[in-house]
Amino acid sequence: MSKRIEVRDLNVYYSKFRAVEGVSLTIEPRSITAFIGPSGCGKSTFLRTLNRMHEVIPGARVEGEVLIDGDDLYGPGVDPVLVRRQVGMVFQRPNPFPTMSIKENVLAGVKLNNRRISKSDADDLVEKSLRGANLWNEVKDRLDRPGSGLSGGQQQRLCIARAIAVSPDILLMDEPCSALDPISTLAIEDLMEELKKEYTIVIVTHNMQQASRVSDKTAFFNIAGTGQPGKLIEYDDTNTIFTQPNVQATEDYVSGRFG
Amino acid sequence: MTTQTERPKPVIRLGDRVFARSTLIAGSLILVALAAVAIFLIVEAIPALGADTTELKGSPSNFWTYVGPLAFGTVWAAFLALLIAVPLAVGIALFISHYAPRRLAQGLAYVIDLLAAVPSVVFGLWGIKVLAPAVQPVYAWLTDNLGWIPIFSGPVSGTGRTILTVAIVLAVMILPIITAMAREVFLQTPKLHEEAALALGATRWEMVKMAVLPFGRSGLVSASILGLGRALGETMAVAMVLSPSTVISFVLLQSENPNTIASNIALNFPEAHGTGVNVLIATGLILFVITFAVNFIARAIVARRKEFSGAN
Ligand SMILES: Nc1ncnc2c1ncn2[C@@H]1O[C@H](COP(=O)(O)OP(=O)(O)O)[C@@H](O)[C@H]1O
Ligand SMILES: [Mg+2]
Repeated sequence: MSKRIEVRDLNVYYSKFRAVEGVSLTIEPRSITAFIGPSGCGKSTFLRTLNRMHEVIPGARVEGEVLIDGDDLYGPGVDPVLVRRQVGMVFQRPNPFPTMSIKENVLAGVKLNNRRISKSDADDLVEKSLRGANLWNEVKDRLDRPGSGLSGGQQQRLCIARAIAVSPDILLMDEPCSALDPISTLAIEDLMEELKKEYTIVIVTHNMQQASRVSDKTAFFNIAGTGQPGKLIEYDDTNTIFTQPNVQATEDYVSGRFG
Repeated sequence: MTTQTERPKPVIRLGDRVFARSTLIAGSLILVALAAVAIFLIVEAIPALGADTTELKGSPSNFWTYVGPLAFGTVWAAFLALLIAVPLAVGIALFISHYAPRRLAQGLAYVIDLLAAVPSVVFGLWGIKVLAPAVQPVYAWLTDNLGWIPIFSGPVSGTGRTILTVAIVLAVMILPIITAMAREVFLQTPKLHEEAALALGATRWEMVKMAVLPFGRSGLVSASILGLGRALGETMAVAMVLSPSTVISFVLLQSENPNTIASNIALNFPEAHGTGVNVLIATGLILFVITFAVNFIARAIVARRKEFSGAN
């Protein structure tokens, strides 16, 4: 299941500091959307508001609306814990649980809330998720070994497997390849192409080639200066953003003149 | 600057030299003191091993039957204290590190640290005057209703001054150090792993179970063992609260309770004479060995996770 994300006039604050101002955009299901922009322009901050992970940070809050297939993410009575089960997240640094085996890592989300799962179902799910993350062939003989023994790229794919094991509707990725070598990066990019068939994917990236390679749409964020809020400058088809953007700042950024 | 071949005499400032010397002296003094204590204990203990012990309280047939119940009481009371203190400490530490608002957390952490500064005599007085009378009715209820469980069997102590009361007092005494260490360990949980759990849709408690507790496990073990070390050696509180006899018994609520080594020494030393003194010193040696073993285990565990340097 893949869902549409609509954001309407969203502001994000860290206590008094407004980090992101007035973002409105619509993200289509079964697509990959890339967020690009210089450091500190609020890409991560904005991304985290799409599954309410910003609420983990004391003082962080939002104004505005985020609709997932029409349902308000911030509506009264919406439990952020349930939101995060629908909207999965992969982080910049691979973060498998160090005390868990590969298999336990994949099942970590599924076992939450004391949900029971039979052993054969669990084995099937582990295989399906690891296959989905293009990792099965590399780890099938050592599922009971610790996840932290894998290479960085494998760990990141393990984290993706863990995220998709709970069958979310949307997958958020915050610079998932920035800690990885080029080969692992390509493996993850190929994987995203596959995942797009089933999930809405939003990826933050610093790598312009990556954005142009994998994404269907690109959103360019920018800040006027330090202490200023980040704003969505331009949001369009990736092709348009990289070949004939409408805004000068976008063109400067994608052509490498700053950032 | 200088080439390898010339090897000029390195210049050492006077301040550095003084500092190096004084640390060396201080370090050696510690070793000398420790060795002196050990030698004293061993030399004074040797006459006790073959001594005629029938004149001692309880008329034990030899030294080992004398020290046996005491060693048992020491370990049993400390173990019970740990059993009470560790879950409580983990709960408080988690509350401070992951649940309480920051202001409250700081205040609570401060109160816990203050608890560590209370002299053990005060805990002893509190144990006799407040705790024992307060828990006695509870003990009576326990023997009446749960007396079929061997450790709760009657007859109940009329004063409430039992090994369980001692264990509670000891638990309160070791609570601060265990809590403080547990809190430090929990605070060091990488954000990365906490966020991993939360992003999977974990509740706060599930996040704690998934990320915080597994990460803190070995730190907790060493915290507990340090607390255990303190409970093993505690003298005043035990001596004041307990009305001892020479038994090896697991029951918690009766008036017949095994004493601990440290408390036994404190109680009997003033009147001891002749080989009686040697016997008491020998029991001190046994306590030394027990405590040393516990600390040794703690060191070994702490060394396995060096990043928790808050442990020492
Ligand atoms: N936890 C936080 N507390 C306060 N300010 C933050 C926090 N995280 C980020 N910020 C601020 O919000 C702004 C946007 O940061 P971020 O979203 O991380 O940018 P990006 O991901 O685009 O590099 C920056 O000015 C940053 O300093
Ligand atoms: Mg970022």
